Amino acid sequence: MPQIFHRSTNFISRLTIYGAVVILGALGYALYTIAMSPWYTQQNVKRQQPVPFSHRHHAGELGIDCRYCHTSVEKSSFAGVPPTQTCMTCHSQIWTNASMLEPVRASYRDDKSIEWVRVNALPDFVYFDHSIHVAKGVGCTTCHGQIAEMPLTQRAGTLYMSWCLECHRQPEKYLRPKSEVFNPYYDPPSGAKQIELGKKLMAEYHVQSLQTCSTCHR
Amino acid sequence: MAAEDSHNRVGVVDPDPIIGPGHTFETVTDKISSIVLTRPVTPGWVFGLLIAFSALMLLNLTITLLMIKGVGIWGIRVPTAWGFAIVNFVWWIGIGHAGTLISAILLLLHQKWRTSINRFAEAMTLFAVMCAGMFPLLHMGRPWLFFYLMPYPNPMWTWPQFRSPLVWDVFAVSTYLTVSLLFWFVGLIPDLATLRDRAKHKAAKIIYGMLSMGWRGSAVHWSRYETASLLLAGLATPLVVSVHTVVSFDFTIGIIPGWHTTIFPPYFVAGAIYSGFAMVLTLAIPIRKFYHLEDLVTIRHLDIMAKVMLATGLIVAYGYLIEAFLAFYSGDQYEIYMMENRFHGPYAPLYWMLISCNIIIPQLLWSRRVRRNVGLLFVLSLVVNTGMWLERFVIIVISLSRDFIPSSWGMYYPTRWDWATYVGTFGLFFTLFFLFIRFLPMISIVEVRGLVHETNEEKGHS
Repeated sequence: MPQIFHRSTNFISRLTIYGAVVILGALGYALYTIAMSPWYTQQNVKRQQPVPFSHRHHAGELGIDCRYCHTSVEKSSFAGVPPTQTCMTCHSQIWTNASMLEPVRASYRDDKSIEWVRVNALPDFVYFDHSIHVAKGVGCTTCHGQIAEMPLTQRAGTLYMSWCLECHRQPEKYLRPKSEVFNPYYDPPSGAKQIELGKKLMAEYHVQSLQTCSTCHR
Repeated sequence: MAAEDSHNRVGVVDPDPIIGPGHTFETVTDKISSIVLTRPVTPGWVFGLLIAFSALMLLNLTITLLMIKGVGIWGIRVPTAWGFAIVNFVWWIGIGHAGTLISAILLLLHQKWRTSINRFAEAMTLFAVMCAGMFPLLHMGRPWLFFYLMPYPNPMWTWPQFRSPLVWDVFAVSTYLTVSLLFWFVGLIPDLATLRDRAKHKAAKIIYGMLSMGWRGSAVHWSRYETASLLLAGLATPLVVSVHTVVSFDFTIGIIPGWHTTIFPPYFVAGAIYSGFAMVLTLAIPIRKFYHLEDLVTIRHLDIMAKVMLATGLIVAYGYLIEAFLAFYSGDQYEIYMMENRFHGPYAPLYWMLISCNIIIPQLLWSRRVRRNVGLLFVLSLVVNTGMWLERFVIIVISLSRDFIPSSWGMYYPTRWDWATYVGTFGLFFTLFFLFIRFLPMISIVEVRGLVHETNEEKGHS
């Protein structure tokens, strides 16, 4: 009886059986890498804005307090995007002829808002409140990263749920004294000292580790 | 039964054999493999497949509509949020259990009569589990997110709720499907090699050749085959008990009256085997007639299966009795009301139908004449299948529709799409089954050859 299959079939069948394990593993790894990559999460990706506003210049070099522009951060869920009038408090006096600022002046003249591109946006099924985080000793830079060193603003985190839970499960790793919340150059104590401080602050500010689904998915 | 067999065989020809007289290795192989290889496609088979396939397309339509519009197309309305979908899930998965019992437990117990029915009983298991598995997924409303039920590393840092029996269900059913599939396939390998060697057509040779994975029938192959079969039987044995136990936990963890009798797990398992054997009979009786397999699937087989049905049916009856007793014994007004509601509430006719289908009518099986009357047995198997479906309906819908506060009561009425999904899964089941009997040996050639060998040896000794 003639053989149905060529000798090489033995090799091919082994290759496909063992290969399947490797291929499935590699596929899983590739999917995970893609899901965590900046290409997918937009983490550390600079956004082009109508005006190239630099946090490094304003919050870093000039030392303007975060709350000067983001006025509602202590009272509301939304930190607030400043109206053109806030920009013009200074820019009606300085750099009045800079071409870079023409869209700002145009906005002021025509009474039309500048359409900033949102950098950090959570999905609608998540309830997030800036005021409570700020009130409990979560610093701006804890979530927004080294904002004082960003010429153009970018996301500092993945905004995945794991990213939120990292802090919600162990707040002591990230808390800082209330006086340091708006300090963009705050340098947290290292290792065990931070844990010690964090635990102390948790007790002082009555911080709970909130992890139930309905905390955020209301 | 084995002991009884050997007594029968001393000196005389067995009057009631598990394999027809005059069979040799050659005739067995010819008979079974010819159904796949040489028998022309008959109009009856095409007609049956067409009907099944139309029902499958109905399922396709229903699922599409369900994806677009959501579970609202079904009749599920609070308080009865578990309508047909869960009834059908429990029913289908129960049916699967007979296949596993026949192939695993009876293998370990050396019951020879299992050999000619185990192959298609296992196929029935596989297809029934596929039908069953679909219902919880569709019932979720967003089936495409089913993978949330799996523990896998994800950017949400979430983990399934392991305290929920619904997660246990996922593991129970997926393990069951995997082990059943492996068991079935491993058992098929030598037969696939037989088909490969007997096939005339090139494509058939290649396809059966690939599926038989290089089986040459060497002593090493056989030894490994036997070990693998035993190991898989060992793995499958606890599954016969565990899967339906977990299914019963879906109910017991709930707070609804009528779901807390401690007899639930064994009574669910018995019910599963009861309905499973009924389904094996429903399938075996027409198949042995249309394919003239009366000398392989003998009256003796039907008789034994009927006895198993009778025994498990009695366990189920005991379950019903204890359920009713415990409701009143508990003194809990809600449990008592639940039972009274079953007896004479709005769904009472279904409850009494269930009692007659599952307890009263099957008592006919005590009679040997009934057990050996093929037509009547077929009807009885349908009756039991209906009864077991009603049982799940009674447990789920009657309890849910009337719980603690009368203001939250509400009736459940299945919509046409509920029926369409149910009928559709029959379409899936029978489409797969028709393809199975056409393309794979529906009776294990290898094991029946083994049976022929044993029978001949015994004759030789006497």
